[in-house]
Parts: sequence; structure tokens; C-alpha cells
Amino acid sequence: MVRLEPRAEISPVMRWLTPPLAVILTIIAGAILFLAMGYDPARSLRAFFIAPLSSAYGLAELGVKATPLILIATGLAVGFRAGVWNIGAEGQLTLGALAGGYVGLLFWGQAGWFILPLMMIAGVLGGMAWAAIPAFLKAKFDVNEILVSLMLTYVGLLLLSALIYGPLRSPEGFGFPESRMFSPSAQLPNLIAGTRLHLGAVITGVIVLIVWFLMSRTLFGFQVTVIGQAPAAARFAGFSRSRMIWISLMMGGGLSGLAGLFEVTGPIGQIVPTISPGYGFTAIIVAFLGRLHPLGCVLAGLLVALSYLGGENAQITVGMPQAVTGVFQGMLLFFLLAADVLVRYRLRVGKPAPALIPTRGGR
Amino acid sequence: MTSRRSLFAATLFAGAAALAPVSLAADEPFKVGFVYVGPVGDHGWTYQHDQGRLALEEHFGDAVETTFVENVSEGADTERVIRQLVDAGNEMIFTTSFGFMNATANMAEQFPDVTFEHATGYRQADNLATYLSVTYQGRYVSGFLAGELSETGKIGYIASFPIPEVIRDINAVMLGAQAVRDDVEMVIIWANTWYDPAREAEIAGVMIDQGVDVIIQHTDSPAALQVAEERGVWAVGQASDMTRFGPTAHITAVVNDWGPYYVERVQAVMDGTWESHDFWGGMAEDVIRLTPINERVPADVAEEAMAIAASIEDGSFHPFTGPLKNQAGEVVVPEGVTMTNAELAGMDWYVEGITGALPN
Repeated sequence: MVRLEPRAEISPVMRWLTPPLAVILTIIAGAILFLAMGYDPARSLRAFFIAPLSSAYGLAELGVKATPLILIATGLAVGFRAGVWNIGAEGQLTLGALAGGYVGLLFWGQAGWFILPLMMIAGVLGGMAWAAIPAFLKAKFDVNEILVSLMLTYVGLLLLSALIYGPLRSPEGFGFPESRMFSPSAQLPNLIAGTRLHLGAVITGVIVLIVWFLMSRTLFGFQVTVIGQAPAAARFAGFSRSRMIWISLMMGGGLSGLAGLFEVTGPIGQIVPTISPGYGFTAIIVAFLGRLHPLGCVLAGLLVALSYLGGENAQITVGMPQAVTGVFQGMLLFFLLAADVLVRYRLRVGKPAPALIPTRGGR
Repeated sequence: MTSRRSLFAATLFAGAAALAPVSLAADEPFKVGFVYVGPVGDHGWTYQHDQGRLALEEHFGDAVETTFVENVSEGADTERVIRQLVDAGNEMIFTTSFGFMNATANMAEQFPDVTFEHATGYRQADNLATYLSVTYQGRYVSGFLAGELSETGKIGYIASFPIPEVIRDINAVMLGAQAVRDDVEMVIIWANTWYDPAREAEIAGVMIDQGVDVIIQHTDSPAALQVAEERGVWAVGQASDMTRFGPTAHITAVVNDWGPYYVERVQAVMDGTWESHDFWGGMAEDVIRLTPINERVPADVAEEAMAIAASIEDGSFHPFTGPLKNQAGEVVVPEGVTMTNAELAGMDWYVEGITGALPN
């Protein structure tokens, strides 16, 4: 019989080594998969990992794709550390895009430096408002925030649909579901000419640094960790749980809303029925891949973004079907989680040893 | 070492560049890219575009090389996918969903040497044409058949999104059915998706529970047809021949046949005769056709349906010819007047007899 036994000590080196290890394992298993499917493994891997990064445009696109993932994951990670499970970032993103985008449409045809900042504030507030519902229900009535935030995602997407087929629909659009294009003053400026890398990427970088500082250098960060890992001790120390619920969901919601706003004012340029291809859900994976650490989220966001770009590129240059590129992306996560389990547990064959049961390691 | 290698690479590159025009003219295939909104295996909209792509390969052989990207999200990703296709050397790119419009237009502006064609949109440029299939022609015949075959008089319409194309087709079905009987009731349910087999099947079930006995769908999977087959009601296939998913239920299907159009347009670019246009392809242009009508349909009904189809094809009959009234009973199109394409392109009203308001 094979059992998983918790390790007494978790090697801190291994915790940081597992992600690169998972990438290497994915490359090996991917090569075998591609070979079995009849694709040249070297060419396929090149298409996945190297080709997207081999031009300035490709690097800029990596930034475009990674920006919303990093921004959302950074916000979610704070909540996840505190044990607040906000699964509804996709809905908060949508509401942020709607609220901020609406402000942009109000100033349609006008110019002014104040328009973009106003849109950003509205975007953050939109995401926060949507996250406030699960926060209120959780803090007041202890309603499960996982279910509430997840279900509100679908409500949010339907709200977007109702508005884009209704009041937000462009009068010049022949009845098609799209808003007007934002005026130049309501669009994020591009950082590098000829690419789509926008100001949102820089703002995201600044926010990541701020969150990192908050988490590692302030009492607030300490409280988050204590509440997440030892709720009883936190209560004893007088840390307010409901305050933490509110802060967690407001950070997750606000940053998701901002990410949604960046999408509509950046690469998309208008409100459309599909604002995000599931960034709010993918960001949950990014947050955990990044070890719930702001800087880890940056690396994980870049890696996941690269896997998307690589998947598209492999379809184009190698002729690989999307299903295969999806399997490859899935393998990456599988190896990461598997390596994670093996870092925390050891495989034992035979009957359980009657030894002392070691205390379970932290996150 | 590094410098030697890069010097070597530079020499190689210069050599290749010098050779390029020669080899291009000699045996480089003409590269055509496709951007799909769904999976090629949807058995509907995207499947048919991919059939058109395969028709290109068959027609041109080695002279043309095609590439496609499937399941492309209609948002920030579209532009990058198009750009990647351009970078990969595609000289002509077809983008086959409305939501790709602005990204396609942006790329057309940035790459004036690449020829773009966008399905179902309204933005054109010197190197960007638009094309669509006038499915309402087939829908009208479907409506006629539904009116003939229904016992309850209730026709179900699984609608995707309230855009002009879908509204046009709902109206065409209603007009076709009203040509047969006065008591038609259309049960319209909005799926809010183009492709979601589970939801489509669920809607079909709800419709049948409400007494619908002919289901027409404007969504792309064959799921509704399978439900119709199981529950013993009629259904019309969408975009592709779906007979194999419900041999008893399948009355006919309104098939989009993109192959001839794609072949013609690629040939035009290769010949240097390509010009931008806004193309509406119907039965006469071989873009729309009906699959053979189910043998269970009485022969005289099938014959009459084919006669209507023939009259649409030869232009002697247009489904949107007045008098047409809106839901309030007001005449919108006077007797003898036929709606123009421009009017049809923005159709945002239901014809008389349809109950319920347009989602707005």
C-alpha cells in the first residue's frame, strides 16, 4: 500500500525549487507528448517557450497578457493568505470594466487628463462593490464567500450582456453588441510604439511592490498571516476577523476591477460582450503558483501568460490543435502541484509507522 | 565564439534575403490564415469555415498553405493572434466572427500589404473586405416547413444573441410559417451563447415541454437536434448537415458553404484582381444551401419547399418583401417594396405575430 506521509520539515529550498523543476518536467513530458502526436518536439517546444519571446512585439504581448493575471493574483493572494476565498474575481473584473468603461463613455468625444484617473477610480470601486456583497454576507452572517463570490460572477457576466445589448450599445454599431470606441483621452497610453504594452503594466508593477511592502514589512501583513494560519491565536491577539474579511475582499475586488478596466481601456478600446477570457479564474492558479507572494505572482503570471502565447504560436507555426496546447498547459500545473505534494509529503510503501505524528507544516 | 556565430547568422540571413524574391515567385506557397471563434469540431459555424479552408487546400494543392487558430477569444487576444499570423507570413487572413471586427480593422491598417476578410462585420478598408451568408433565405424555407409539419403550431427558436442577423432570421422563420398558417406561435429562448451543448439541449427540452414540436436553432452544436430526436419532434440543423445526429428529427439544414467563396477570393489575391467589398452570399452565390429534405416529410410539402427555395435562388421571390408589419401592427415595409441590404443589416424589430419583446 502506498501512503502519503507528511514530512516533519519542509525544505525551504525545495519550496522555491519546485516551480522550475515542474517546468523542466513539463518540457520533458511535453516533448514525449509532441513526439507521440507526430510533431517535431524541438520545434514545438521552441514555438511554446522561445518564439513568443524572440521579438520586441512578443515581449510586449507577454506584458499585455500577464498584466491582468498579475494584478488580480496579487489582490487575491492577500485574501488567500488570510483564509478568505474570493473565487469571484472574474465577476469583479467585469464590474470594474463596466463601471470604469461607463465613465469613459460619459466623456465620449471629450479630452482631458482627468478622464483616465476617474475611470480607474470607477473601475476599482466597481470591483469593490461586487466584492462587497460576499464580504458583507461573510462578515455579518458567516455566509460562505466561495459560493457567493463565484455565483456573482455569472450575475456579473449577465449584467454585462444586458447592458451591452441595451444602454451601452453603440448608436453607430448597426445593432451589434459593442460600445463606442473610447476617445483617445479615455485610452491607456502605449509605452512602446508599435506594441500594445500600456500604462497599466507599469501601474501593476507599482501595485505589486506596494502589496509586497505591506505584506512583508507591516503589522497588517503579519496579521494576515496569523489570521490565516492560526485563527485562534489571532483572536487571542485581538485581530478582527471581520475587518480582515473586508480588507481581503476589497483588495481582491478592487484590483480585479482595475484589471478589467485596463483591459477595456487598453488592448480592447471599447466595452464588448467578452472582456476577459477567464483571467479571474486563471489568476487563482497564478496566485497559488506564485506561492501567494506578490513577487511570486509576477513570475507565475509571466509563465502562465507565456503558456497562452506559446499555445497560440504552436497552433500557427506547428499546426497543433488547441486541445493539445491545452493538455500541455495542464501538464505544467499538474507537475507543479505534484512536486508540491512531494515536497510536503513523502511516499511510503507499507503499513503506517506507529511513530510520532509530526505537526503539519504551514502553507 | 558568439560574435562568430552571429556573423555567420548575419551572412546566412543576407543570403536568404537575396534569394527570397526568387524563391517566393518559384515555389513558395501562398499563405492564408484563419481565425476561428469556436473549435473546429463544433459541427456548426466554425466547422463549416474549416470545411471552406480544406476546400481551399484541395483546390489549390501545394500552391496554397493554410493555417488556423481555433477558440480565439473575442477580446484583447484577437489582435495578437492576427498579428502572429501576419508574422508567420500569411498574406491573406480570414477572421470569422463579428467580435473580431475592430482587431481585424486595426491590423488591416497596420499591414496594408496583407489582405483581410472579416465575416459578418461592417467595417471595410482598401485591404479589408466583409462577407456574410444570408441565412434568412434558408430560414424562410425552414419556417415554411415548420409551419407545414407542426401540429401544435408552436415553433421553437433557440436564439444566440439579439444581433441583426439573428433577428432577421427569426423574422424569416415567422414569415415562412405564416405563409402556411395563421396560428403560428414562436417560442424564442435566448441561449446567450453560440456554442454550449448543455445549455442548448436544456433549452430544447424546455421548449418541448411547452408544446413546441419543431425546433429551429441559431446556435452551433447539434445538441438540440439530439434532444428532438429523443423526444420525437422535428428540428432544423444549423450551418452544417446534422442529419447523423438525428436522422428522424432532422427536416433539413441551412448549410453555409464557404469553399467556393474562399477559393474565388484567394484566387483573386493571387491574380492581383482582389477588391474590397461587402459581400452577401445566398443561394444564388452557392454560399447557402439546404440539405435534402427528410423522407418522412410528405412529398408535396418537400416539393413546395424546394420550389420556394428555387424562387429565392433565381431572385423571383424575396422573403422580406412588403407588406411587412411590426409587432404593433404598423406597416414598416409597404406592399411591393423589398427591404434593402442596408435595411436588413440593421434590422432591430420583430414582424407581426411574434410575441415577447426583443431583449434590450
